Amino acid sequence: MAIELLIGAIKAIIVLVMVLQLSAILLWFERKGSALIQDRIGANRAALTGVGRRLGMPNLGFVNTLMADPLKLFTKEDFVPAGADKFLHAMAPFLAMFPVLITFAVVPFGDVLIIGNYHINLQAAHLNVAALYILATIGLGVYGVSLGGWASNNRWALLGGIRATAQMISYELAMGLAIVSMVMTYGTLDLQAMCHAQGGVWFGWLPRWGIFVQPVAFLLLLTAGMAESKRVPFDLPEGESELIAGYFTEYSGGKQAVFMLVDFAEIVLVSALITTFFFGGWQFPWLYPDGFHLPGGAFFALPNLAVAIIGIVSFTVKVVALCWLQILARWTLPRFRYDQLMRLGWKGLLPLALANVVATACVIVVGGV
Amino acid sequence: MAPPSYFMGLSAILFCIGVAGVMLRRNVIIIFMSIELMLNAVNLAFVALGRAWGSVDGQAIVFFVMTVAAAEAAVGLGIILAIFRNRATINADEFNLMRW
Amino acid sequence: MPLWLFIFLAALSIISSLGVILQRHPVHSLLALVLTLIVIAVLFIGLGATTVGFLQMIVYAGAIMVLFLFVIWLLNLQSQPLEAGRLALKLIGALGSAALIAELLAFVLHLPAPLGHEHPVAPDYGSIGRLAQGLFSRYLIAFEITSILLLVGVIGGVALARRTAAGGAGGSM
Repeated sequence: MAIELLIGAIKAIIVLVMVLQLSAILLWFERKGSALIQDRIGANRAALTGVGRRLGMPNLGFVNTLMADPLKLFTKEDFVPAGADKFLHAMAPFLAMFPVLITFAVVPFGDVLIIGNYHINLQAAHLNVAALYILATIGLGVYGVSLGGWASNNRWALLGGIRATAQMISYELAMGLAIVSMVMTYGTLDLQAMCHAQGGVWFGWLPRWGIFVQPVAFLLLLTAGMAESKRVPFDLPEGESELIAGYFTEYSGGKQAVFMLVDFAEIVLVSALITTFFFGGWQFPWLYPDGFHLPGGAFFALPNLAVAIIGIVSFTVKVVALCWLQILARWTLPRFRYDQLMRLGWKGLLPLALANVVATACVIVVGGV
Repeated sequence: MAPPSYFMGLSAILFCIGVAGVMLRRNVIIIFMSIELMLNAVNLAFVALGRAWGSVDGQAIVFFVMTVAAAEAAVGLGIILAIFRNRATINADEFNLMRW
Repeated sequence: MPLWLFIFLAALSIISSLGVILQRHPVHSLLALVLTLIVIAVLFIGLGATTVGFLQMIVYAGAIMVLFLFVIWLLNLQSQPLEAGRLALKLIGALGSAALIAELLAFVLHLPAPLGHEHPVAPDYGSIGRLAQGLFSRYLIAFEITSILLLVGVIGGVALARRTAAGGAGGSM
């Protein structure tokens, strides 16, 4: 009993640390990636006391920015505007952070790891209603944003907060319906079972990933996920050139760092969800629990530890690739105007998602799948 | 182990707190929130009873109560907005036009 | 559900529901109500009804309360001191509620089996499959009528909250 508790705690800590580290790394990704796209160099001034440069070593821009940015943010003065609701102003960033982090509890990052007598399911919490849990926690993410905007006693922040809330609850519907169509396809709400169902091959070589079965749902989830995390092209609530910073205008220092971390953590969340539903999660093509079964007929046996590690690495690579896709989209597409955004959500994505659900149901009933 | 009767006791307490809220507060929105609290207390009682008899009826009824509460909240808040536009107040004591 | 967990959650829900009715600012009341709803959802899950518990979080805490929040902002409600005076009414209200609680508890805590003790249920008791089977067989008519009810609710809400042409331009943000 104690061992299982310990294993569970270790899994939870590993997931938390992985997510937070990936979010911090994404910050650097964003700065350098946007620089790459915009044909400039990007952040390269932070240096660890300049010792490396004097010794002729290359400027470790990555490490420096990774340390310098959070250090700067956390040592800034943290002011609360006059007339603001102090309690809510302080709580809002953490209200925004909490639902995003706890959603990762049900994302499977590997298959079963066998150590001695223990079969460790590489998922922080094995819920058999995991898809419903994801919808619940994403729905709770609205409060941090709206209260952050309102508690600042600033009409532009309030405007940003209201826009953000309306946008988030609108795109939750399309997101939920995309998830529902995946649940219908796999017949289960359990994410680990969905990943298992995406093993195997069609025609002897094509991996049975969800994206080949439900491409429309993939596009819906990607779009709705980017709108949920208020990323460009849907970032009018945060409108950097229009509302100053929208709902987190009046935040500085550590609280602003938490809000920005929420932004990046949501990118990781959307990537993780799309990986789980559409790209087979931790599945590596042609890798089975006992080794590689290649299309030509070759078979390479592998120990369980190697299979588990390949699964974890495959999951991480897919998540990072999708994060890069979202960063690319940010620096390529212009921003939607607010009414265009709402029209897209209600008149575009929602009917499409409903039609997708109906079509999936028809195929399941008629095809007898 | 917590038997279902304890859950029903908690449901009774929450229901009475909701009743106290409806009687004691004059702000219409807070009265509405107390009504939602009462509805949730009743939901808890239903689920506890369903668990006691091992049937799915309790959960189905809770499903319907939730749906009806959603529709009622939407319409009720629309009414509150319309009232506010007319009278610029939402103190329940001020709506006494039809009093004797 | 272990007894210590139940007592902790019960205390939390009672404190936050007292917060709902006693706070001065409506937004603080609303947040206390959101906390109460989440605790009740956890109690549902503890009773084995996992689907309904998560539905409670999605529908109630995630949607209906956001609607309340929007209306509080639209009306621009400020912090209001609790109504002074009317001490007699407050005293009678509090005493009446306390009496009601005492009477209900005296009745409820000594119920016979199967309410008196917790007995195990089937492993798929709260699963979405069993709930759906019940909904689409025994409660089918109620299910269909509920969908019409929701449609009527949407139409009613939009009609009530809409400004007429004479009242000024439609308020949109």
